[in-house]
Amino acid sequence: MSYRLLSVDKEELASSPGLKERNYLGLSDCSSVDSSTIPNVVSVGAKSNLNFKATELRLGLPESQSPERETDFGLLSPRTPDEKLLFPLLPSKDNASATTGHKNVVSGNKRGFSDTWDEFSGVKGSGGINLMLSPKITATANKDVSKCVQEERSHAKSGSNNAPAAKAQVVGWPPIRSYRKNTMASSTSKNTDEVDGKPGLGALFVKVSMDGAPYLRKVDLRTYSTYQQLSSALEKMFSCFTLGQCGLHGAQGRERMSEIKLKDLLHGSEFVLTYEDKDGDWMLVGDVPWEIFTETCRKLKIMKGSDSIGLAPRTMEKSKNKDGNPLRV
Amino acid sequence: MPQDRPQMSEDDDGQSPPLDLRSAAIADPCSSSPNKSRNCIPSGAMTSQAFPDHVLENVLENVLQFLDSRSDRNAASLVCKSWWRVESLTRSEVFIGNCYALSPARLTQRFKRIRSLLLKGKPRFADFNLMPPDWGANFAPWVSTMAKAYPWLEKVDLKRMFVTDDDLALLADSFPGFKELILVCCEGFGTSGIAIVANKCRKLKVLDLIESEVSDDEVDWISCFPEDVTNLESLAFDCVEAPINFKALESLVGRSPFLKKLRLNRFVSLEELHRLLLGAPQLTSLGTGSFSHDNAPQSEQEPDYAAAFRACKSVVCLSGFRELMPEYLPAIFPVCANLTSLNFSYANVSPDMFKPIIHNCHKLQVFWALDSICDEGLLAVAATCKELRELRIFPFDPREDSEGPVSEVGLLAISEGCRNLESILYFCQRMTNAAVITMSENCPELTVFRLCIMGRHRPDHVTGKPMDEGFGAIVKNCKKLTRLAVSGLLTDQAFRYMGEYGKLIRTLSVAFAGDSDMALRHVLEGCPRLQKLEIRDSPFGDVALRSGMHRYYNMRFVWMSACRLSKGCCRDIARAMPNLVVEVIGSDDDEDNRDYVETLYMYRSLDGPRKDAPKFVTIL
Repeated sequence: MSYRLLSVDKEELASSPGLKERNYLGLSDCSSVDSSTIPNVVSVGAKSNLNFKATELRLGLPESQSPERETDFGLLSPRTPDEKLLFPLLPSKDNASATTGHKNVVSGNKRGFSDTWDEFSGVKGSGGINLMLSPKITATANKDVSKCVQEERSHAKSGSNNAPAAKAQVVGWPPIRSYRKNTMASSTSKNTDEVDGKPGLGALFVKVSMDGAPYLRKVDLRTYSTYQQLSSALEKMFSCFTLGQCGLHGAQGRERMSEIKLKDLLHGSEFVLTYEDKDGDWMLVGDVPWEIFTETCRKLKIMKGSDSIGLAPRTMEKSKNKDGNPLRV
Repeated sequence: MPQDRPQMSEDDDGQSPPLDLRSAAIADPCSSSPNKSRNCIPSGAMTSQAFPDHVLENVLENVLQFLDSRSDRNAASLVCKSWWRVESLTRSEVFIGNCYALSPARLTQRFKRIRSLLLKGKPRFADFNLMPPDWGANFAPWVSTMAKAYPWLEKVDLKRMFVTDDDLALLADSFPGFKELILVCCEGFGTSGIAIVANKCRKLKVLDLIESEVSDDEVDWISCFPEDVTNLESLAFDCVEAPINFKALESLVGRSPFLKKLRLNRFVSLEELHRLLLGAPQLTSLGTGSFSHDNAPQSEQEPDYAAAFRACKSVVCLSGFRELMPEYLPAIFPVCANLTSLNFSYANVSPDMFKPIIHNCHKLQVFWALDSICDEGLLAVAATCKELRELRIFPFDPREDSEGPVSEVGLLAISEGCRNLESILYFCQRMTNAAVITMSENCPELTVFRLCIMGRHRPDHVTGKPMDEGFGAIVKNCKKLTRLAVSGLLTDQAFRYMGEYGKLIRTLSVAFAGDSDMALRHVLEGCPRLQKLEIRDSPFGDVALRSGMHRYYNMRFVWMSACRLSKGCCRDIARAMPNLVVEVIGSDDDEDNRDYVETLYMYRSLDGPRKDAPKFVTIL
């Protein structure tokens, strides 16, 4: 399912009642967009179009693919909560500084993306944008597809990429405190457990950290039922750090990570997902059956590949599964 | 005992704080007898010949001691220098609405005898992830400054501040008479910090952790309270997402004879609640914890929960129900008739489960719930709760396109049944102007009206028109309105109404609304009492921002995110108004070609731009 981003500019609506076709940047004339001003969001969608997969951060098993990444634009949101909708940022078209206005609109986020483009693909922005124009326009002007799904809520409610894609939501809207969202999420999952007859243990939040990322996240392991789902979710949560694009967070994270990120991506991602089990040992994720994993996992960590080398032998000892490739990122 | 006394004014010899006439029992160092009038003159004071005003000021001190209201105090301090000085000496509680409006040093220089600090940090929109973490609002500089200046500090009440375990440790160490710690929507600390407070603050009366993020450091903090009888009057830890040692809790409650308010977290089961209630029938406010069983429900020998509630004759405020098992809800019947406050906002209660409960709650004044009670449940509220003052309906499914179980039907019913309504927060998926207009006519006491139609730009679902007339009626008819939050499809007309009629509005929240700069101009030019303005995703630009320059020094803050502001304009304003701190959040350093402002947060400050701004904040 793919759908186009529509930005609604009410002034526009008032003056021209028909729907205006816009690209995802909220601009109706993409050719005037300078590639250097493409915001981060472009990276994700365009990336898939440009066969970026070889260098993107992925937490899946080597041969696996994240489901629905390429076509379902709406799910490519995740990142940090601060990456926001483009549509309301549209400056007035009547503004004399229309060209600068275009540049302004796509701002807020970093230059880094265009560098990434240049390095990896050599394809300029406008090419990428044109690729984005193919999805159909949706009919309702009022429904805008936006970027950042609120992680807690999405984990709690859908918990998997295979769930029918909920309409992507705007950051911070409706205005419910994340504390309340998290609480509702955990009580929802508990009730579900009980209905199923399983002992209601409630949510199982574990902290997820990543080398170089400025802050931790938490995930509720009970909202996933396979490694696939977990890896996709983590991928979404943390991909911004690898591309260094996530707006505000990226600005911080980028400083710390710049030297490893781009290079690592170039050479095929070097991130490995590990967890601390209840014995306090750090293990590579993916060796044990999922149920056992959820019972023993205390913390998750996305490590640089080089740091995780020491884990490999131990994992081989503990693992009985000769097929079990550790989750490579 | 206090060392390093700060430089005192000439009115005080610096030996001891004056007697606080309202609480003379406090063990101040070097305090003399509670005799009121004369003892306020510090020993060794200057003679009246040297300082003729001194006698007057001492008299003033006696009088101003009794002033409680801070607006009265602010007014008194403006009378003359002498009054200013005396007021500064006699103020015991200080409220700081924006922690960056002044530095801690300035606070301690002006006010010498503070016992109680109320401090607010981040702007409210930070709650909705519109601001990156690590923005600031650190408690650390405040606690370290006050540790030296106010050793007799008793109360700290923080909202949206970043508090670390070290801060809590310093607090616990520095204030031997510390009594009340209230942390609302705070973060940065964990159960280890709480443990330190519990252990070292021997006079602790109030420990309230409300909607804060408390990390689970796996510390048994409940066991850290001292072994003997405590002074605890209020213990609220419903937001602590960590298991607790129930035996220790039971023992704590048992040795806290003054405990009136107890709010448990979801790790306390129904059976455990039952035991606690039997041991604490004097409670007036109860947060019930999970309200469910740990294990599979046992068929035999189930405790008589209703009896436990029946024994709690004093409970007037009930909350919790974090993992409600609805079949046990009837256990609360015995207390319903006394309830003045009921919070079901974490409980997915259906109308059928709900109606029998609410039917008994005739005295209810404050009611929070999820929209799972549906319009039907709201009708029941309207039929019974004639004394209702505050209503909050939260969405069970907080998405834009979810099913909306509540609508204008519920709102209308409430407006007809609850004529004394003063404050409403209502999340819904569809609304009509007619219902909002009716509410404005039926509920003239409204001071807070916050309507959140969850679909952005959604019009009146019956007429298809914008929601202008509804909100217009609210500002026009509700003459006491001080706080307004708007939503739905709104044109500039709605804002014209606000500017024309909203003369008492202090707080205004706008999202996805308006057509042009004129809308914001109407508000900035028309609302003289506006203090807090928060706007997101609305087409307001430089012209509008400039039109408010005459107001910004009189406002606590302005937040505008995803609007149409340019850096140039913000810079101009920053230059024109040197006491205004203009923060642009989320922009790059190499900025000159990036003129767009994603988030603007500006506020007045006596001490200039803050020194702790993170990289993603640019102060113009």
